[in-house]
Amino acid sequence: MTHVAIVEQAINVPALQARVAGPDMGAVSLFVGAVRDTNGGRAVSGIAYSAYGAMAIRELEAIAAEVELEFHGARVAVEHRVGELTIGEASVAVAVAHAHRAMAIDGCRQVIEELKRRVPIWKCEHYLDGTREWVHAGTGAAARVGTP
Amino acid sequence: MSSVHQPVPEPTLVFRQTHLSRLPVQLNVLLFASYAEALGAPSIALTLGEGASVADVLAAIRALAPGRGLPPALVAVNQEYASPEHLVAQGDEVAIIPPVAGG
Repeated sequence: MTHVAIVEQAINVPALQARVAGPDMGAVSLFVGAVRDTNGGRAVSGIAYSAYGAMAIRELEAIAAEVELEFHGARVAVEHRVGELTIGEASVAVAVAHAHRAMAIDGCRQVIEELKRRVPIWKCEHYLDGTREWVHAGTGAAARVGTP
Repeated sequence: MSSVHQPVPEPTLVFRQTHLSRLPVQLNVLLFASYAEALGAPSIALTLGEGASVADVLAAIRALAPGRGLPPALVAVNQEYASPEHLVAQGDEVAIIPPVAGG
């Protein structure tokens, strides 16, 4: 079944994979995004993620529906975590199943790229030197979404 | 007292509707990330004039935190991205969406 969620606890990746797997699915493509220890040359100690929950769910549902339409027969599951995450923890996981691998892989890529472009989730990076900063990764891309 | 005469009601519904449409638009604007931090609140009450647009909402919010280096933002109305010229109405769920950074 299609599944989207914003979660506050650790993402259960095998459970996400199980949601899309099935006897007719010859391939499951998984993407897991994790908190990295450096960004732009600065040592990162952790990331605080926050979301506009209701709209984030709507956008994730729209992305899943678009991918399942474009990659006919695909099944999408995606979860994004919010709250305080430490280095190495999974912030996002995408599982896309399809009868064939090319569609599963391409569909998975499209889900994560669209998520990064338009889902209202934010991260505040905390650095080892004690400072912190809001990351504005989606500036250009998000602006295009708002200009129909 | 019981002897006081009540004023005659307004004669037509049309007049009342016209009058209502001139009331200012009152919104509770949702704030996130850098905007919530700069304004020190997760939402802020805003009163705008009749015919206020999404661009007006954003300008009014940004004017509350001048010189804070706030990034450009989009606005969502009822949980969907809205164009700058989209008009806001009483009861809309309006949110300021700073550049997103999921993943």
